[in-house]
Amino acid sequence: MSLLSPRPSERLRKGLEQRKGPKPKVRTPRERLNRRGSLETKPGGGGPKRTWLIALILCCATLATLDQTPVLEPARAAVGEVISPLETGAALVARPFTDIPEWFDTRDDLRDRVAKLEAENSTLRRQVEVTDYGRAKLAEYESITRAAEDLGYSMVPARVTAYGPAQTFRRTVTIDAGSAAGIRSDMSVVTGDGLVGRVLRVTKTSATVLLIVDAASVVGGRVGGEDRSGKKSGQVGMVRGSGVVAGSGLLTLDLVDRSTAPLKGDTVITWGDGRAAPYVSGLPIGEVTDSFESVRDSSQTARIKPYVDFGSLDVVGVVVPGGTMSDRAVITPEGELR
Amino acid sequence: MSQMEGRASSAAPVLRNVLVGMLVVIAVVLQLSVAPAFAIRGITPDLALLVVLAVALSRGGQAGLVTGFAAGVLLDLAPPADHTAGRWALALLIVGYVAGRVREGSVGESRSHGGQGRPNATTVMATVSTCAFIGVSIFAVSGLILGEAPLTLLPTVAISVGYDLLLAPLLIPALLWLIGKGDS
Repeated sequence: MSLLSPRPSERLRKGLEQRKGPKPKVRTPRERLNRRGSLETKPGGGGPKRTWLIALILCCATLATLDQTPVLEPARAAVGEVISPLETGAALVARPFTDIPEWFDTRDDLRDRVAKLEAENSTLRRQVEVTDYGRAKLAEYESITRAAEDLGYSMVPARVTAYGPAQTFRRTVTIDAGSAAGIRSDMSVVTGDGLVGRVLRVTKTSATVLLIVDAASVVGGRVGGEDRSGKKSGQVGMVRGSGVVAGSGLLTLDLVDRSTAPLKGDTVITWGDGRAAPYVSGLPIGEVTDSFESVRDSSQTARIKPYVDFGSLDVVGVVVPGGTMSDRAVITPEGELR
Repeated sequence: MSQMEGRASSAAPVLRNVLVGMLVVIAVVLQLSVAPAFAIRGITPDLALLVVLAVALSRGGQAGLVTGFAAGVLLDLAPPADHTAGRWALALLIVGYVAGRVREGSVGESRSHGGQGRPNATTVMATVSTCAFIGVSIFAVSGLILGEAPLTLLPTVAISVGYDLLLAPLLIPALLWLIGKGDS
């Protein structure tokens, strides 16, 4: 009957339902089902009704509108309270199955990944290896900056690039800053620890530095410049190098006044007028290790242990007058880069 | 709402409506928790959509409509969702409606040709692809209208429909069997 043309029956059912509610609608297909004795032969158990469609679409619109305000938050929270544990449980139970996509990783994929990881590994290892060097360099730059602050001079940072050979019997090094960096001859060269030497001659991009341990180097030195007890009067003398770079007794101090003997541990600093080359005043040189009197010369001599380790010079600073034009950063007495 | 419809007849329909409700909840939970592990470029299969389709194919448009709406509201409100509520509800109720119409058409046709009255495989696959496209498109376009979706919709929709089609031969027969079991 109506099986051949579902539409009239649908219309009929709709009319029925409007009068009597859904009961006859549901019962009718069940009767048909029983008669045919098959599961699949039920005709549309309630074909889609326009009113329902429109009503539910309006429901959606209402939901969307309501969601513009916080009205739906309680509903979201409630659904979340119920669904979240289910989701957690499902994810937990399904974990063995969710790993399945990994089974399909090909050997090439894995090999690629290994190669990538190895490359990353070596990069990281190299970084670790140079970290100590980088940290030491940073510390030296920082000490130069600090020295500029402590001493109150402007400095141009530079790095030692070459040591003069020992067979020349001159203790010189080359630094990588020259006249372009504002360096002139006779300028003082320091590290964060103390005085290194003075600039002998300058090219555009490099300078030769005479170390204070050179046998021909003479520096005006003052003992106990940082007078603590007032007893030391700041005796002056000449600091001479011994010509060797390492070991003890690198420097000797010949005092002008032979009646006073410097004490062990006294600090020796440079003396000068603060502006003039070769050596600006107040740069620490070293400390007194012992002293002896030379009867023949009628003078007092002290052995000085320099603060600077001349065997491992790397970053040094060249003391320049304030306002020097330089092709590289100049560390100002305030510890800033200019 | 499907509960109400069920209560109208005897105890068995109540049971089968409970079954459908459970199927919907399970599909939504799996879609939100397990399916992302199998996502293709972040696009997960729409299990809830397939369940709605199966319900509509075996029960007709009215049931599909209501199930679609219920499943959609659940998807709209379940935890990770942050989009405007009602988008999935709209999409899935339209899916249920369309699939129900297809079923009525095909059932009537097969009956008139003396067939068994069950939508055949080709019809089911055509329905799945059409409805998946319609559902995902409605969701995407409504997002576009509400300013929640980016403009590059088509690849997402295409992958989504493809994924649903891929899963349909596995899931739809099982779902139809399950729902049929509940109906008997």
